[in-house]
Amino acid sequence: MSERWETVIGLEVHVELSTETKVWCSCKNEFGAEPNTNVCPVCLALPGSLPVLNAQALEYAIRAGLALNCKIQRYSKFDRKNYFYADLPAGYQISQYDLPLCYDGYVDITKKDGTTRRIRIKRIHLENDAGKLLHAGDDVTAADYSLVDFNRAGVPLIEIVTEPDIRSAEEAGLFLQKLRSIIKYSGVSDVKMEEGSMRCDVNISVRPAGSSEFGVRSELKNVNSFSAVVRAIEYERKRHIAILEEGGQVEQETRSWRDAQGISVLLRSKEDAEDYRYFPEPDLPPVVISDADIERVRAALPELPDAVMARLMNDYGLSAYDASIIASEREFAQWFLQAVELAGGGQAKTIANWQINELNRVMNEKGLGPEQIPVTPEQLVGMLQLIDKGTITGKIAKTVFEKMVETGKDAETIVKEEGLTQVADEGELLAIAREVVAANPKVFEDWKAGKQSAAQWFVGQIMKRTRGRANPQLALKLVTQALEEQAAKE
Amino acid sequence: MAGIIHKLSAARLNRLFLGGELSAVEITESVLSRIAEVEPAVGAFLTVTAEHALDRARKLDARRKAGDTEFGPLAGVPIALKDNICTCGIETNCASRMLKGWVPPYDATVVERLRASGAIIIGKTNMDEFAMGSSGETSAFHVTRNPWDLDRIPGGSSSGSAAAVAAEEVPVALGTDTGGSIRQPAALTGVVGMKPTYGYVSRYGVVAFASSLDQVGPIGHDVEDVARVFQVIAGPDRRDSTNAGRTPPEVKFGGEPSLKGVRLGIPREYFGSGIEDGVKARIEEAIRQLEDLGAAVEECSLPTTEYALSAYYIIAPAEASANLARFDGVRYGHRTAQANGLHDMYSKTRAEGFGPEVKRRIMIGTYALSSGYYDAYYKKAQQVRTLVLQEFQRAFERFDALVTPTTPVTAWRLGEKLDDPLSMYLADICTIPVNLAGLPAVSVPCGFADGLPVGLQLIGKHFADTQLLQIAWAYQKVTKHHEARPNLAPKGGRQA
Repeated sequence: MSERWETVIGLEVHVELSTETKVWCSCKNEFGAEPNTNVCPVCLALPGSLPVLNAQALEYAIRAGLALNCKIQRYSKFDRKNYFYADLPAGYQISQYDLPLCYDGYVDITKKDGTTRRIRIKRIHLENDAGKLLHAGDDVTAADYSLVDFNRAGVPLIEIVTEPDIRSAEEAGLFLQKLRSIIKYSGVSDVKMEEGSMRCDVNISVRPAGSSEFGVRSELKNVNSFSAVVRAIEYERKRHIAILEEGGQVEQETRSWRDAQGISVLLRSKEDAEDYRYFPEPDLPPVVISDADIERVRAALPELPDAVMARLMNDYGLSAYDASIIASEREFAQWFLQAVELAGGGQAKTIANWQINELNRVMNEKGLGPEQIPVTPEQLVGMLQLIDKGTITGKIAKTVFEKMVETGKDAETIVKEEGLTQVADEGELLAIAREVVAANPKVFEDWKAGKQSAAQWFVGQIMKRTRGRANPQLALKLVTQALEEQAAKE
Repeated sequence: MAGIIHKLSAARLNRLFLGGELSAVEITESVLSRIAEVEPAVGAFLTVTAEHALDRARKLDARRKAGDTEFGPLAGVPIALKDNICTCGIETNCASRMLKGWVPPYDATVVERLRASGAIIIGKTNMDEFAMGSSGETSAFHVTRNPWDLDRIPGGSSSGSAAAVAAEEVPVALGTDTGGSIRQPAALTGVVGMKPTYGYVSRYGVVAFASSLDQVGPIGHDVEDVARVFQVIAGPDRRDSTNAGRTPPEVKFGGEPSLKGVRLGIPREYFGSGIEDGVKARIEEAIRQLEDLGAAVEECSLPTTEYALSAYYIIAPAEASANLARFDGVRYGHRTAQANGLHDMYSKTRAEGFGPEVKRRIMIGTYALSSGYYDAYYKKAQQVRTLVLQEFQRAFERFDALVTPTTPVTAWRLGEKLDDPLSMYLADICTIPVNLAGLPAVSVPCGFADGLPVGLQLIGKHFADTQLLQIAWAYQKVTKHHEARPNLAPKGGRQA
């Protein structure tokens, strides 16, 4: 059914900038401090206080814009976005309405099949975060009272708005990964979703495949992790399709994503949409940015994931997808390059395989961040050399690798301590081969009847007896020899 | 001297203090006793900080006795502050129930500057609630009476600051001026009031009414005192991004007053239908005196003036509607006793905390900014504002300053216009265009009409504040209208 429908997705991503201080005052911008300790008259919106733009926040926003291939507005301004909420001290957020700092950018994403898609960035603007509410109860409706922590109020945020260029939950996930990676490389945020430093709203609609008009969209709020974005899109897409296939009409509305239940619920309909009454912020003069300012920020930009990815593909022959994964974190790329330097360029593909299939898997399982890579490039290369020398088998290597992760010891030490050296002694292996052939007459009969896989089964038995340490080619040769001997005996 | 200390100018008091002829404590006690004497009749203050002031005075005296000579130009000078200027440790409530009992944890920049210059803060003055009003009557607490006629309003919104100076309770005071709130009450109470160029004086710590229009300024008996306070409060402040970062040039008064070479424009739109005959006569007289001083006087036209009031009553309420959103009962100020949930708390808190004029302006501003109305109101008003500014700029190619009445009328009776907001708004018709253009202007006394003071307004170019004060000084020097003082009976009762 769903092939008849195309999903159209646009994202609004909020990223907290990791400046030293808040955006309108000089309070510390830090996560996890005692509630209401990083506050002052300005971020509490005490009567008479006035905002002053943090130059570092401005620079970071421009840096993020350049990293996302945006144009920079030469004449920008701030606007007040008016609404009442207990976590918003001034009763308005200082944001940007019609002249955002950055516009017309893009992000290229690489899908598993190696194809790339360009997602356009419509705009990026700078604004302040609100405080945090703590409800004394299970949720806001059940609470007797709520407490407010204003430490986060005034933390600089950039809001990144995409064009409706995303077509699937997978693409949305890849976009967010890539965005996160670029932002992190550019050094303007640590983009930790679990600390709320990256948050996402999803605009989604569906339309008949091939149509060029947009369907009616819903906006999903409260989508707070990458996996939640994927789940929310899948859910909402199906909800829209179900309505349309029943001949109904999707209503334009804002919905809240409830991740635990896996559903979206109505927050407000279009008629109840808030009127934010934007108007130019009279407390802040317009921001005028010169070409020289922009070039200064651009010159200080580090190498970004796309450049690293291209280097990995061109210099080391990695596939686009593999290169995109290794380039996604600066630490991954550095680790890879060090390993290749130690092992030689010929090993690049092997190293990439180990890094993506084993190292990343283990790190995901253990919840380790890229700055906590548990194995050094030297250790991996040392292990690869043991394989090359025939000291260990490829199969044993996986065990050795896991032990390296757990103990931090080198492969050589582990192999010695655990006795994992490959058994390449023909006499020893032949004896074992003869024993297993003799002990399994039924399988021997299968082999005689021409079943080729029977020989492989005997190799497996040898591996079992040697705990995987047998040289697989040698084992096959000796199994064949033992089988032929047995056949000759009969 | 003790009996007349409260009549002395800031300049004189500073000189006497520095010379050791008067102690700061003597000055402060004299002023406090004058306040005790006339306050029951005038009602200029919301808070009198007697202990704080005496403590400051004692410290100043101790410093001086210890041989300290590093005193600022306001050392030993008592000053009153409009109650929308934040004072650390002293209640600041903007004459609103919403902020009753709120004690700021910080000083406004102008207060820091005053303290550093040795001024003694005597108290916080009454005002129209959140500076919204032209008569002082929208104060949530009490009215302030005009010292020249206690049945009349002193003007507003800096009602208490102007009345306190006029009643000789303090030599100088600070007000704030968003649409005339310093100049209009100064005119109606016969004192000098100055609105500096927008951006000359920091707004940090001044409770915002309309951020793009608000400016703090001095009120005093004469131009020298006003200039002295202006020099102290003006200057760079990084905490206010709309501050121009400029320090005014030093201004010196003296010699023979002369306006030779000074070109003055008389915009005819300021003498329109609403002007009282008595006011018109005084202003025309003043213009002749300015000519006598050597000024080249010429009539001119500022035709967009008639749209300025409408534009102002869109822009100022629009900004106010956002500026006053912070009064929500969450962090400070009034919070309703009984509320069922957050939104109920907001609406009850604000319904109880704000008076009718403040509510009226919040509603006007919210409406003007609403989706679908923004272009028709706010945007159009901003366009008018630009035209007003351009028109002034063109006029200043020909003139050094413009001369107008400060208000078209003299002080009216208490309660007379309270139920007629439009007529109340019209009282600011001569002062509002100046705020829209961000220009400096000063109101100086120019005599009386039917026993009530009339003010002459001089409007100058951006950052030509001191030049403007020089013109005002020359006028004052030859007319001496500023020397007239109201006769407040020592018994302090209301006049019959």
